[in-house]
Amino acid sequence: MAVLEVEIWRGGEDGAWRSYTVPHRANQTVLDVVTHVQRHIDPSLAYRFACRVGMCGSCAMTVNGRPRWTCRTHVSLAARKGRVRIGPLRNLPVIRDLAVDMAPFFEKWRDAEARFVPSDAPPEEPVRPDEPGRAAANAGIECINCAVCYAACDSVAWNPDYPGPAVLNRLWTLVNDRRDGDRDGHLDAAGAGCHLCRSHQECADACPTGLNPTAAIAGLKREVLRRTLGGRTRERRR
Amino acid sequence: MKEAWLFAAQRISAMVLAPLVLLHLGTVLYAVRGGLSAEEILSRTEGSLFWGTVYGLFVLAAAVHAPIGLRAVLREWGRWRGIGLDIAMALFGLLLLALGLRAMAAVL
Repeated sequence: MAVLEVEIWRGGEDGAWRSYTVPHRANQTVLDVVTHVQRHIDPSLAYRFACRVGMCGSCAMTVNGRPRWTCRTHVSLAARKGRVRIGPLRNLPVIRDLAVDMAPFFEKWRDAEARFVPSDAPPEEPVRPDEPGRAAANAGIECINCAVCYAACDSVAWNPDYPGPAVLNRLWTLVNDRRDGDRDGHLDAAGAGCHLCRSHQECADACPTGLNPTAAIAGLKREVLRRTLGGRTRERRR
Repeated sequence: MKEAWLFAAQRISAMVLAPLVLLHLGTVLYAVRGGLSAEEILSRTEGSLFWGTVYGLFVLAAAVHAPIGLRAVLREWGRWRGIGLDIAMALFGLLLLALGLRAMAAVL
């Protein structure tokens, strides 16, 4: 039977790589490999997953140096010469093995108040799915909060203050959403951090759901600049 | 909103610098043809409102642009943050301004 040589990070920040030999199966995902190791080789392996179908954003890990959603990443795609190295996500504290502490990621989300704020009254005109503002919001709405972009981003690694691509992407969807009641508040929150993005596009490259946070952040920079220079920004597009 | 203002200042100074740098490089190519002499340079610049305006803007834009960029580099790669960095960068901007104006004064 074909086998895979797998290296998995064991321990906390000062842990080490440990090797395992795992049977190689057709259509096997990286999460299948990790699960095999835990169920058949070493039950003490710590990792996180939930839905196994790419919806919950729990199972992100670093696979051969690249952050990925492991439940939807086939081993055949990620392996190099039959070898796979699986580690915890970058830019987040390692709790143990493949489990990272997601708290800093969600705390930045909370601090930026990147959430929908209901307006006092519904929009006077119905929101059409094809109007430009709604289309811009829809483009970024399918984020599953997996923190793959956060792990991929060099600006996050360099700047502890930087909120990260996911938070800013969310703010951009809110800035474009006519039903939201606090556009200026969202722009102020974005203005505190969006300029630390260096437009390397690592987030857009790594995003498993194919979003483009770099484009969202560029939009935020544009609107924040307009607000800074003019005192007010363009109305939400209809 | 400090970061937003710095972003605005850097982008606007870059817009000013872009054509001036091209003009400056073009002038360098033009000036060095057939040898370079102090008289030739001074004959072009002395008492010239045009070159005074061009290089005055150039010096001003560079003094705004460079410290903001250097601040970002030092924050990210040097792990230097806080008010000390901001003061140091403001002084660096003033230094660039002073050196630039001094060089201009010598040829105008």
